[in-house]
Amino acid sequence: MKRIISLKELAERTAGLASGHRACAGCSFPSIIRMVLGSSDYPVVVSNATGCLEVVSTIYPYSSWPCSWIHVAFENAAAVISGVESAYKALKRRGEIPQDKKIVFIAIGGDGGTYDIGLQALSGALERGHDFLYLLYDNQAYMNTGIQRSSATPFGASTTTSPAGKYLFGKVQDRKEIIEIVAAHRIPYVAQASISHWGDLIKKLRKAYEIEGPKFLSVIAPCVIGWGYKESETVEIARLAVETCFWPLYEIEKGVYRVNYKPKEKLPVKAWLLKQERFSHLNGREDLIEEIQKRVDEKWEKLLRLDGLKVF
Amino acid sequence: MKVETKKFLAKTGNEAAAYAMKQINPDVVAAYPITPSSEIVMIFSKYVADGEVDTEFIPVESEHSAISVCIGASASGARVMTATSSQGLALMHEILYIASFLRLPIVMVVGNRALSGPLNIHCDHSDTMGSRDSGWIQMYCENANEVYHTIINAVKISERANLPSMVMMDGFIVTHGMEKVFVLEDEDVRNFIGKRKPLYSLLDVEKPITLGSLTLFDYYFEHKRNQLEGVLKSKKIIDEVFEEYSNRFGINIPSFVEEYNMEGAEVVVIVMSSAAGTFKEAVDILKDKGEKVGVLRLKIMRPFPYEILREKLSNVKVVGVMDRAETFSSMGGPLSIEVKAALYPLSKRPLVQNFIFGLGGREFGIEDAINVFEILKGIKKRNAVSEEFIYIGLRE
Repeated sequence: MKRIISLKELAERTAGLASGHRACAGCSFPSIIRMVLGSSDYPVVVSNATGCLEVVSTIYPYSSWPCSWIHVAFENAAAVISGVESAYKALKRRGEIPQDKKIVFIAIGGDGGTYDIGLQALSGALERGHDFLYLLYDNQAYMNTGIQRSSATPFGASTTTSPAGKYLFGKVQDRKEIIEIVAAHRIPYVAQASISHWGDLIKKLRKAYEIEGPKFLSVIAPCVIGWGYKESETVEIARLAVETCFWPLYEIEKGVYRVNYKPKEKLPVKAWLLKQERFSHLNGREDLIEEIQKRVDEKWEKLLRLDGLKVF
Repeated sequence: MKVETKKFLAKTGNEAAAYAMKQINPDVVAAYPITPSSEIVMIFSKYVADGEVDTEFIPVESEHSAISVCIGASASGARVMTATSSQGLALMHEILYIASFLRLPIVMVVGNRALSGPLNIHCDHSDTMGSRDSGWIQMYCENANEVYHTIINAVKISERANLPSMVMMDGFIVTHGMEKVFVLEDEDVRNFIGKRKPLYSLLDVEKPITLGSLTLFDYYFEHKRNQLEGVLKSKKIIDEVFEEYSNRFGINIPSFVEEYNMEGAEVVVIVMSSAAGTFKEAVDILKDKGEKVGVLRLKIMRPFPYEILREKLSNVKVVGVMDRAETFSSMGGPLSIEVKAALYPLSKRPLVQNFIFGLGGREFGIEDAINVFEILKGIKKRNAVSEEFIYIGLRE
């Protein structure tokens, strides 16, 4: 296990996206990427799915990436990184790369490129056991193309393809449980984190970089435009998602569940929901808020039951 | 150094392809099985299991991922190969364009098979004709022997031109037909192709690169023109590599076209792949009767050798163009349209008749080939083409 690095040390590492990228004011992923790259003691190669992050960080002829980076398409980030990692193995075996040269391989996708269109490529790469980290930044809709619903969009959220109207209250289906789907591949490390709890996020990243095989890290990625809140509130929105247990911090390491953070006082989910424009139509719809609270409670209680258990 | 190629083996097209891949011993092979090219991957995975190659073999979950893995590996400096057919190639379609734009020398073997629908597993060229504009070099081989040699050449061509290549053979007819294949020694193959010297590599972490940026109206246009430049330059490279190979190993492997009885021919058929063999037989029969008929086998569809067609066909009276794909243009098959376009600037140009044949594996025999020549002779006599396209072998 690698030592923990301090926030000061992290801040001194210049590994984040270079300034000048076109992410919206208050966007959460520049902070996520800074922690992802800054937490690694090894050189990193990134395969990025099409999406907000890719689009804002590499408008030709500029690039904000300090490391080797490739984007091919929307649905294949996991397959592309499989190829990079396979080339690394083959070239190392043939003596083209020194034996002691460690490189960290990271595929990055939003929820569209992970839960939906890229799920097959992700599953294939996990099953084949490539040595890579899949980083999901989950902003819970297709933000890049204009806030359309995805299978990560929460129940009740209004998006441009699940709009709240006179008859419908936003998305009628629940979110897909991506962590459970990924964990069903029985990979060595699956975790969920948030930038609001940066110490936990860094710890998970540094752990992932030392584990061989496929790793999956899901990070909540509040979106100013798609969720509808003030630019200055990004970290607070992420924090409330954790404190309400909508977004629990947990990990499944070698099959063992561990809840990493249990709020002293679990806040009602309403405190998180009504800070966001996408749920504003629920104001006064106590029945729906109750339904959402019920679902959050069920998932949280299930997680607490699993805490400490070895499931595979 | 000249080596005489005398050693031969009995191999099907798929076996010949896998054997070439074994001798090439690529760094990475990623593939998903599909009829009729599955055997290539099956045989190759046995080479891996037996330690006859030390390739990193990635049995992916789809063709889309096969080509995506190929891109990731090739962009990391590896020598990369794959194989597919029909629906598999169609599933790769989106990514083919990105492989060629990134100038990655991936080599893909394709067993040509009709595209659905309806579902069919037999030969026609609708699959690769559907990807002819994707920026890949496309080489259509006549038989298993040519498949073997062309794959070896394709590796060198792709790496010199920084363009991906597809090497085609007719599904079942060649993929499963056993033939005499002259083979080189492993060492000769490896010496000929040498080591890959990539333009860039993602694994060169001290010199990080950004690949596949978003490129808008201010640069996209220039990027596409640059890509074309690479394609234009590849023509010379293709000729040079095949010439070097043929000279070095004392075996004649054609590059863009193969001529058969073209000397003084007044009626010529342009045909690709295995049906060329059928036409050569027909020519042998007809020339014994004193007829001036020839075959121009087009091996390379991309880049399109329009200069060669102009040169070879300017003194021919009638040209028949055989298309093994229906692309619903309403004016005939894709090859005929390009042949007509190539010949149009000539002040004196032949009459061109298009034929569509062999879709979904429909048999095409010597009698059909002779029938084509008869129709062309009639056109020559009338000095006029009467129909935009003629279906050969279709049940009415």
